[in-house]
Amino acid sequence: MAAVGVFALAALVLSCKCDSVEKPSDATGAGTGSEAERSGPAAASAGSEAPGGGAGAAVSLPDSCEEELLIRPLHSGDIYASFQFRTLWDTDFLHQGKKVSHYRLFPKSLGQVLSKFSVRELHISFTQGYWRTMQWGQPIVPSPPGAELWVWFHNTVADVDGNWKELTNVLSGIFCASLNFIDSTNTVQPSASFKPLGLGNATDHRFLRYATLPREIVCTENLTPWKKLLPCGSKAGLAVLMKSEKLFHSSFHSQAVHIRPVCKDWQCSSTAWELRQTLNVVFDLYTSGQGKKEWSLFKMFSRTLTEACPLASSSKVYVDVTDNPEGELFDLSPATSVLNTAVVLGDRRTYSVYDLTQKETFGQLRSLNLVLRWKGESGDMLRPLLHAERYVAGFGLQTGEIHTLIYNNHPYRAFPVLLLDSVPWYLRLYIHTLTVTSKTRENKPSYIHYQPSKDRLRPHLLEMLVQLPPHSVTEVTVQFERALLKWTEYTPDPNHGFYVGSSVISALVPSVVAMDTNNTQERPLFSSFFPTKEESSYFVRVYTEPLLVNLPTPDFSMPYNVICLTCTVVAVGYGSFYNLLTRTFQVEEPSQPLAKRLANVIRRIRGVPLL
Amino acid sequence: MAAIETEKQRGRYAALAIAAVVIVLGIPLWWKTTETYRAWLPFSQINELDSLQLQLSVEVEVVLSRGTLSPEQQKKVPLSQTREQEHQIDAKTVLRYRYETKYRTATIMEEDALNQPSAQEADLSLHMLSESACGSVVVYIIPETSTLLPADVKVYVGQRRTALLRAALFEGTAGLKEVLSTLEPQVKQVVDTMSFSHQDILAALSDRIRVGQVSKESLADSMRAIKSSPGYEITFSLLNPDPKSHSLHWDIEGAVNSYIQPLLDKLNPIANFSVDSQILYYAVLGVNPRFDNSVSAYTLNADSLAHVINPVEARLGSNAASSNPVLNFLLYVPDAQHSPLFIRDHSKREIPSNAFHSPRWGGIMVYNVNDMYGPEAEFPVDINISMSKVMGVFLAQLRLMLGVQKTQPPPGFVLQSAGSEGLADWELDRLMWSRSVENIATASTTITSLAQLLDQISNIVINDNIAQQVSSAVTSLQAAVAELEAGNLAFALQYSREAILASERAFFDPSLLHLLYFPDDQKFAIYIPLFLPMCVPIVLSLLKIANEIRQRRADKLAKKD
Repeated sequence: MAAVGVFALAALVLSCKCDSVEKPSDATGAGTGSEAERSGPAAASAGSEAPGGGAGAAVSLPDSCEEELLIRPLHSGDIYASFQFRTLWDTDFLHQGKKVSHYRLFPKSLGQVLSKFSVRELHISFTQGYWRTMQWGQPIVPSPPGAELWVWFHNTVADVDGNWKELTNVLSGIFCASLNFIDSTNTVQPSASFKPLGLGNATDHRFLRYATLPREIVCTENLTPWKKLLPCGSKAGLAVLMKSEKLFHSSFHSQAVHIRPVCKDWQCSSTAWELRQTLNVVFDLYTSGQGKKEWSLFKMFSRTLTEACPLASSSKVYVDVTDNPEGELFDLSPATSVLNTAVVLGDRRTYSVYDLTQKETFGQLRSLNLVLRWKGESGDMLRPLLHAERYVAGFGLQTGEIHTLIYNNHPYRAFPVLLLDSVPWYLRLYIHTLTVTSKTRENKPSYIHYQPSKDRLRPHLLEMLVQLPPHSVTEVTVQFERALLKWTEYTPDPNHGFYVGSSVISALVPSVVAMDTNNTQERPLFSSFFPTKEESSYFVRVYTEPLLVNLPTPDFSMPYNVICLTCTVVAVGYGSFYNLLTRTFQVEEPSQPLAKRLANVIRRIRGVPLL
Repeated sequence: MAAIETEKQRGRYAALAIAAVVIVLGIPLWWKTTETYRAWLPFSQINELDSLQLQLSVEVEVVLSRGTLSPEQQKKVPLSQTREQEHQIDAKTVLRYRYETKYRTATIMEEDALNQPSAQEADLSLHMLSESACGSVVVYIIPETSTLLPADVKVYVGQRRTALLRAALFEGTAGLKEVLSTLEPQVKQVVDTMSFSHQDILAALSDRIRVGQVSKESLADSMRAIKSSPGYEITFSLLNPDPKSHSLHWDIEGAVNSYIQPLLDKLNPIANFSVDSQILYYAVLGVNPRFDNSVSAYTLNADSLAHVINPVEARLGSNAASSNPVLNFLLYVPDAQHSPLFIRDHSKREIPSNAFHSPRWGGIMVYNVNDMYGPEAEFPVDINISMSKVMGVFLAQLRLMLGVQKTQPPPGFVLQSAGSEGLADWELDRLMWSRSVENIATASTTITSLAQLLDQISNIVINDNIAQQVSSAVTSLQAAVAELEAGNLAFALQYSREAILASERAFFDPSLLHLLYFPDDQKFAIYIPLFLPMCVPIVLSLLKIANEIRQRRADKLAKKD
């Protein structure tokens, strides 16, 4: 009963299935041949705001790309910069028989991966640092610290685990990351939390694999291959701003690749493949800039913009000016008259738009260096409606307790959230101790999916649907016992502790303003990442902190000591045993008692015969 | 006294028993528990393979058409001859060529076919009559008076596996033996052209044998050709360093289908090919071309070509989906500021194709577009690349890379240019001969070196699957050698490919990597606290017993004396 409920909700939450696209493969098969339909995406992506933008729009081509940079000054004084690059390609990687082998804008390496492993959707993110929801609000594209990979395979794949294993190894090579450490011990198949973001109403989670590597360190060697996937590389367009020494000198850095099938045009008559590359950075300019709250493109990236990527059909910079309607808070120069409002994450935001395909954007200097100077203090930020935190409680090295706190800051609306926890096998969860309390009362989850772990084979998977009462904190606790590992299973620095991946909270949060449900309308890229189905609510995914848990750690010289000690003990025991067995025993003459000997001495002195 | 003696005797027996237990039970137990798992490998068969004795058998059919033999000579045919050649290449490599020549007279249908007006048509109709097996050669002897061939042409080699040889009419006086012996050198020349020559086979074995034995040209050919592999990835990349001025369009799909695919289909027995293409923007060459005022063009000298590839290669990306070797073909369209760009050879002359290739890597062609638009053109300019021009160059380079050499015909020979496939049947046969030999040599080298390695390092675990791969490689190798001997070229190639696959799988198996390796000195350092106190008393008491026995013997001898 509960399961049915959650599936209904999950389908409602996450899938953007349009009824007209039930048979995408057929539609595309027909679509590739027809010239008339081919002109669809180019015309649609060229858009109304950028007439004749770039070379891509002039000739009708099956692929197009767009680039976009969103800059949002955060209330904490930090600057949030979010790059989005989208390549749309009107092709079908999963088409039987016909191999896709001629690439133009879409990177060949990823295309080959898609068709070889029959991938339906691929989402991969590398993140350094933790997104502080309470200070920064909701991110445009959420991601957990470390590496995260989730993949929907096509439902014709017979050996999903084999494909997954090979795919992780190949991706590890493409992105120079340690994704090859993904194996069955950190892979789960969530039943409800991760629904396809693109077209297709796959509900059979046998074809879904989800894994995180919370320990993964993200650095320039991951950024370089990521930049190589862009059509213009880092030579032109917004990507020139990506200098790694600046990007990694930041509080938060997250780069991601999302591939999914989407509607080709607003009628959704056929499908196209979307490659969305996102890069999100939070710069801490307040502390590094001697307390001055001002920023410029040059200060952040040590570069300025001079041109759009000539291959992109649209290339824009958005600056969030919602808090500054009258210009009383800050000055933005050069000023632009083009404003755009979009509903993002349940909030109506206003953006200044700089279109890089227009010559006048760059002015006389032929370069665009946005500068923002603060005039006054900004007000307090609205608390985000949903956020979560997690910690480990308990003492000693035997047992412990995981606490997850989920905050609903909405003053009067209750809403359900899906909580997903994937805990490694060496923390043995006592699932009978699972308690969910909100406002000191027990809050019974309406759906629980629990898959117990198997030692050295698979992790625990816990998924719950919890109703959050308005303006409340819901606490989920579960106790665990720390397992003893074999001495070869410890990491090289075992005293650092072992990471447990972030919990994932997926929710439909009630929106203050009406959400834009028309997915196909021309909108900024960042506002269309999660498809919205309902007007009254929007989808968010919140990641908690990863946990660092200490496990009982032996002294690693111990095996040798043990061997030496046992050998010595055995040798000593053996020695005495051997002696006992091989020595020759002789019967000794019993000696006279002491009294008798004394008597004899006296008798000798007296000259009487001895006894 | 007697009691003491029995007690001593008991002690001695106890020491001996303990020594016996340690030797009989303890040492085998220790050995068994610390040994690594090593599956059985067919070492003796591998050793046999190490000394490569290849016999290549070719079936040659010589068909004597009407007018070449006198009637009484004709009565003695059909007959067959076998000719063998043996070459001892080095201590471990012996090559034996065996030509089985069958002589027969032409059938009526063949006579009809030979009466066609031109050699080409005759070739086609002969092919319709009978299809000869892969690797075999059919030589038709036509009389001197035949009008099929122009006067100065002696031999015509067709598109399939047939050749026409013009021979002088033999007068009835000579016996058949003499006739055939005069024919033989000419037939041999034809067979060497159409099948394999000793130099080809030597070049295929160039990894095994010393360089001096191979002629320079065939060595260069074999070094240019990419190593034999069960599959190849062919990647065409269009480099557009200047997308702001040039918007390039290439119909690569159509070009591949019409130019490359027929050749690859033809080469299907040799390897699997997969073709893909990509467009790379802002990809630049590694060197700055120099501007030459005399021709008002940019030039790249032959010396600087070596530095062109490396920076580009970083952008090409490897094939994520397979581990086969990649052949890269790059089409470079110079940016508007650096056009036109010409490649010059060592003697400072411009190369007409404006292309070069890098051995075993691929080819690069420079395609100038500056004359396709005027100075007033609006950027970006839409340019359609003429694929026939490009593909002509790439196809020639591809043939070089795949080892399909242009055969240099001996004087008096006419080679029919191949049809749409770009490859005649006999050219394919030549390639198959050398590829089979190369595969066999490579696989046997891999297997023998693996066996050697496993033999030398006794700590490597050999799992059952490796043993299985090794034995399947060995059986395939033996089968390939046997098929070569029997003259079944197609099967030989098939088995040699299987052998190479199995041997590579065994050689690169990851389970061979985690070697359970503890150095002996460390191992014994750990064992010493156990071994030393245990062994010293045993050894000492054994010595003592031996001493006593010797003493007693000496006493006995002394008593006797």
